[in-house]
Amino acid sequence: MSATASTAQPSLFAKLWYDKNNRSIVVQILATIVLIWFFGSMVLNAVINLEAQGRGFSFAFLEQPASYDINQHLIPYSSRSSHLQAMWVGIINTLLVAVAGIILSTILGFTLGVLRLSKNWLVNKLAYVYIEYVRNVPVLLHILLIHGIIVHSLPRTKEAWNLLSDTAFISNRGLFMPSPEFLPMFKFVLAAFIGAIVFAWLFRRFARSLQARTGTQLPVFWVSVLAIIGLPVIAFIATGHPINWEYPTLKGFNFQGGAVIRPEFLALWLALSLYTAAFIAENVRAGILAIDHGQTEASMALGLPRNRTLNLVVIPQALRVIVPPLSSQYLNLAKNSSLAIAIGYMDVTATIGGISLNQTGRAMECMILVMAIYLIISLTISGIMNYYNKRIALVER
Amino acid sequence: MNESANTVSSTERALGESTIELRQMHKWYGEFHVLRDINLDVKSGERIVVCGPSGSGKSTMIRCINRLEEHQQGDIIVNGTELTNDLKNIEAVRREVGMVFQHFNLFPHLTVLENCTLAPIWVRKQPKAEAEAIAMKYLERVKIPEQAGKYPGQLSGGQQQRVAIARSLCMSPKVMLFDEPTSALDPEMIKEVLDVMIELAQEGMTMICVTHEMGFAKTVADRVIFMDEGQIIEENVPEEFFNNPQSERTQLFLSQILAH
Amino acid sequence: MEEMIPKKQYAPGEHPEMPPPFKTKGAGLWLQQNLFSSPTNIVLSILAIYFLYKMLPGLLEWSLLDAAFTGSDRNECRAKAGGACWAFISERLPLFTYGFYPAEERWRVDLSFLFLVISAVALLWEKCPLRKPLMVFAVFFPFIAAFLLLGGNGVKLMVVLACTAVVLLLLYRGFSSAFMMVLALVVAVLAKYAFFGGIGVPFTDIHATQLVDLNQFTQLNLKTVSTDLFGGFMLTLIIGVTGIAFSLPLGVLLALGRQSNLPIIKYSCVVFIEFIRGVPLITLLFVASTMLSFFLPPGTTFNLLVRVLIMVTLFASAYMAEVVRGGLQALPKGQTEAADALGLKYGPAMRLIVLPQALKISIPSIVNTFIGLYKDSVLVIVIGLLDPLGIGRASLSSTEWNGLTNEVYLFVALFFFVSCYGMSRYSLYLENKLHTGHKR
Ligand SMILES: Nc1ncnc2c1ncn2[C@@H]1O[C@H](COP(=O)(O)OP(=O)(O)O)[C@@H](O)[C@H]1O
Ligand SMILES: [Mg+2]
Repeated sequence: MSATASTAQPSLFAKLWYDKNNRSIVVQILATIVLIWFFGSMVLNAVINLEAQGRGFSFAFLEQPASYDINQHLIPYSSRSSHLQAMWVGIINTLLVAVAGIILSTILGFTLGVLRLSKNWLVNKLAYVYIEYVRNVPVLLHILLIHGIIVHSLPRTKEAWNLLSDTAFISNRGLFMPSPEFLPMFKFVLAAFIGAIVFAWLFRRFARSLQARTGTQLPVFWVSVLAIIGLPVIAFIATGHPINWEYPTLKGFNFQGGAVIRPEFLALWLALSLYTAAFIAENVRAGILAIDHGQTEASMALGLPRNRTLNLVVIPQALRVIVPPLSSQYLNLAKNSSLAIAIGYMDVTATIGGISLNQTGRAMECMILVMAIYLIISLTISGIMNYYNKRIALVER
Repeated sequence: MNESANTVSSTERALGESTIELRQMHKWYGEFHVLRDINLDVKSGERIVVCGPSGSGKSTMIRCINRLEEHQQGDIIVNGTELTNDLKNIEAVRREVGMVFQHFNLFPHLTVLENCTLAPIWVRKQPKAEAEAIAMKYLERVKIPEQAGKYPGQLSGGQQQRVAIARSLCMSPKVMLFDEPTSALDPEMIKEVLDVMIELAQEGMTMICVTHEMGFAKTVADRVIFMDEGQIIEENVPEEFFNNPQSERTQLFLSQILAH
Repeated sequence: MEEMIPKKQYAPGEHPEMPPPFKTKGAGLWLQQNLFSSPTNIVLSILAIYFLYKMLPGLLEWSLLDAAFTGSDRNECRAKAGGACWAFISERLPLFTYGFYPAEERWRVDLSFLFLVISAVALLWEKCPLRKPLMVFAVFFPFIAAFLLLGGNGVKLMVVLACTAVVLLLLYRGFSSAFMMVLALVVAVLAKYAFFGGIGVPFTDIHATQLVDLNQFTQLNLKTVSTDLFGGFMLTLIIGVTGIAFSLPLGVLLALGRQSNLPIIKYSCVVFIEFIRGVPLITLLFVASTMLSFFLPPGTTFNLLVRVLIMVTLFASAYMAEVVRGGLQALPKGQTEAADALGLKYGPAMRLIVLPQALKISIPSIVNTFIGLYKDSVLVIVIGLLDPLGIGRASLSSTEWNGLTNEVYLFVALFFFVSCYGMSRYSLYLENKLHTGHKR
C-alpha cells in the first residue's frame, strides 16, 4: 500500500477514509445526517399525524380547568383549578414521597446493612431473609401488597386502632393524627430550637478549635443532643404550652379534624422505602466489607478505641464505596415512585400523565412534561450525589 | 562484635528491666495449637529479631503482644500491665506499643501528616499544632518531610513503609513491633527502610522484629529467636546463632535462607 | 490458675500439639458465641426471638396449617378453613402460566420453554456437555421461539434461520464490521421484501395484513396465535428474554459509542443513555402504548406487544450500556495498547481483545440487570398487558374469587422470589469465581 501511495495520487476515497482526521469528520457527518433524518422524520410524521387528527401541538390546555379531585394536596387545589395547578400538586406529591422515601430507606438500609454484619447469628439471618425476599420481588407487588393489607386487613373506621388514648387512630382510611395549632407564644419555642441548633454548631466549632489548641476533647454529641432537645422543651414549658392540638374525632363515617396520612401515601412510602432499603443494606454491607481488615488493625494498634476506629478510619472509607451505588438507589426510588398510579396516589404521573392526559387527549404534550419533570428530578439527585462523591473521593497516583 | 562499626551490642549497654514478658503462653486457632509454651523476656532497650519458616507463628506471637490476637493460656505482661479482657488495659498497652505491618496499612483517606497525627490527637489528646510539629520531626527522621501533604496512594512502597514507621513513632511508644516490614518491598527500597530501623535501634528503642534480613539481625540484634511449629526452638546472640546454630531445624533454615 | 497448667517440661522444640483446654465445639458453645456473646447480643437475640414468636406461628397458620387447597369458590374455601384460599391459585394455574394461549396449542409454549432452558444452560454453565453446538442453537433460539409462539409459515423460519446462519458464519470468519453491517442491512431489506412486499423500514409492520401467502408452498404450518392472547408467566419470560437478547448487543454498541472520541457519536450516546435512565419505565411504556404511532408514517400500525418489546429493549440497553462501560473501564489500559501495538484495527481490537474480557467481567452485573428487567416486566400491567399480576387482578374481579388479594400477590411474589433469588445466587457465584480468578 505504501508503494502505491508514494507513486500514484491517492484517490478521493482514500484521502477521506485512510486519513485519521478526515475519517472522523466523515463518520461524524454521516452520523449527523442519520440522526437528523431519524428525528426529522419522526417530527415530520408527528406533525402530519397530529394535523390529520385536527389538532396542533400546544400547551394551552394547561390553563383549562382540570375538573377532577385530588385528595392529597399540599398547595391549594380544587376541581376548578387548572391542569397546571394539578401538575404542581402532582410534582409536590412526587417530591414528597421521594424525599420521605429517601430518608426512611437510608435509615433502614444502613441499619439493616449493619445488622447483616452482626455476629449474632439469628439477627444476621433474619436480616438476610428480609433483604433477599424484598430484593427479589418486584416493587409493584410490594406496593400492592402493603396497600392491600392497609385497605383490607386494617380495621374499619368504627373499630380503628386507638393509639395513645384517643390521640391517634389507625384504620383502613389511613393514620389520623392530631394537628397542631400554634399560638403566638410558640415563636419563642421555635426561636429556642433554632438557637439550640446554632448553639450546637458553634459548640462543635469551639470544641474543634479547643481540641486543636489544647487537645482537650469535649462531649460534642451529648451536649448537642441535650441542647437541641432540652432548650425547646424548657421554652415550651416556660411559655405555657403554646400549642393547641386539634384531635381527630369520629364523626359519622370518618374522622374529623386533625391531620391524616392516607393509605395510598403510606403504602407507597413504606413499600418504596422497604424495597430500596434492602438494596442499600447490601451496598452498605459490601462497602464495610470492602475495607481491608488491616485498616482496623492498624488503627487499633495505634491505640484508637473501637468507636473512634469506626468513626475515623472505617466509615470514611466505607462511604466512598457506598455513595456511588447509593445515588443510583435514590434515582431508582424517585423513578419507582411513578408506580403510585397503581394504587391511586396522585403523583405527577397520575395527574398530568394520567387523568389530565385522558381528559384532554393531549398525550404528546403531557408525556413530554412528565418525562421532563422526571429528568429534572433525576439530574438534580445525581448532581447532588456526584458533588458529594467528588468531595469524598480518594486521591490515588 | 567488631565486624561492623554500626554494631552496638548488649554487652556495651546496660539493659533495663523487663518490658515484655511472655510466660508459658499458648494459643489455639479453633483446634489448631498455633503457639505452644512461649516464654520470652524482653528487657527495655533490647532488640530481638524473630525468624523462622512461614507459618511458624511469628506474626501470631507478636500480634498477641498488642492483643490483635487473643492468647488463651499463660501470661503476657507489657510494661507491667497484664493483658486480659480488660479493655482499659488493652488500650493502655496499645498506647505504648507501636506496630509496623508488612503491608503498611496506612489510611488511604488521610494525608501523610494526618496519618501521623490521628492517634496523638485522639488518643494522647495532643493539641493539633503540637501533634503536627512532632509528626514533622519524625517525618524528617524517616527522610520524607516533603511528602507530608500527599496521600499514601501517591507514595512508593518504601516511602509508605517509612510513613508507617513515623506514624508509630509519633505515639512515642516504649516498644516497637515489626512484622516483616520489608518483605512487601522491592529490593532497592528495602535499604531505605532498614536504614531507618537501624537508626532507631541505635537510639535505644526496644524492638521486636520479625524479619528474614539477616544483615539487619547481625547488625543490631541483641538476640535472635528461631521459631518453628509454634515454638521457640532456639535463642541466642546473633554471632552464636549464625555461626553455631544448635538445633538441626535452625541449621536447615539458615542454610536455605543464606543459600540465596 | 497455676495448678491447672501441667508443669511438665519439654525440651526446646519438642512441645507436642495439644487439644485446647476449653471447648471448641458443642451446642452450648455455639449458642454462647452466636447468640449471647455480649449484652447487646443478648438483647438483640431476645428481640429477634420475640419477633419470630409473634410472626411465625400466625404466618404458618394462615398460609399452610389453616389454609384451603381445594374448593370451587371462595365461600367453599372459607367454610373449610380460616386461612388462605390456595384453591383459587390451583384452579387458575394454567391462566397464570399461559395467559389466554389456546389450550390445544400450549405444547408450543412448553417446547419453547424447554428450548429456553437448554439455551440458558448452554450459555451459563461452562462445563455443559455439547456446549458448542448448543450455544449455536441458543443463537437461533429467539427465532425458533418466535415462530413456535406466533405460529405461521415454516418457510419464513427457514429463511430467517438460514440468513442468521450465514451472518454468523461470516462473523466467525472475521469479516470487517463495516462489511457485516452492509450485509445485515441487505439481508434485512431482502427478507422484508420477500415476506411483505415493497421496500420500507424492515420489520416495523410484521403484523400488517399484506403478507405474501406462502402457505400454499408448504405443509409446515402452525396455527397463528394472536399476541393479545399472550399472558401470565409466559409473557414475563418473553419480555425478559427478548429484552436481554436484544439489549445486550445494543448496550455494547452504546457503551463503545460513549467511549468514542468522536464528539457527535459520544454525546448522542450519552444523551440517549442518560435520558432513558432518567425517566421511569412506565412513562416509556405509556409512550409505547399511546404515542409511538404518532412518530411513524401515517397508517402504520403495529402490534402492542412488539411496541412494548421495543421499548423494554431500549430501556434495558441504556442500563446494559452502563454495565458494559463499567467492564470496559475495569480493563487495564495495557490491553488496548497491546492491541494497538500489534497493529489491530479498532474493530478487531474490540471484538477479539477488549470486549471478550470486558463482557466477562461484567457478567454478574449483566445478570443483575436482567433480574431488574425481569422484575420490571410486571409494569406492563399499567398498559393493559396480562402478565401474572394482570391475570391475578383480572381473576380477582370474578365473583367466585373476589377479595383474595393477599393470596394472589403472595403467589406472584413467590414466583418472582424463586426465579430472581436463583439468578442472584448464580450472579454471586460468578462474582466469587471472578474474584478468585483474579487473585491467582
Ligand atoms: N486467623 C487465623 N485463623 C486460623 N489459622 C490462622 C489464622 N492466622 C494464622 N493462622 C495459622 O497460624 C499459623 C501461624 O501463622 P503466622 O503467625 O501468620 O505465621 P508466620 O507469620 O510465622 O508466617 C499458620 O499455620 C496459619 O495458617
Ligand atoms: Mg507472618
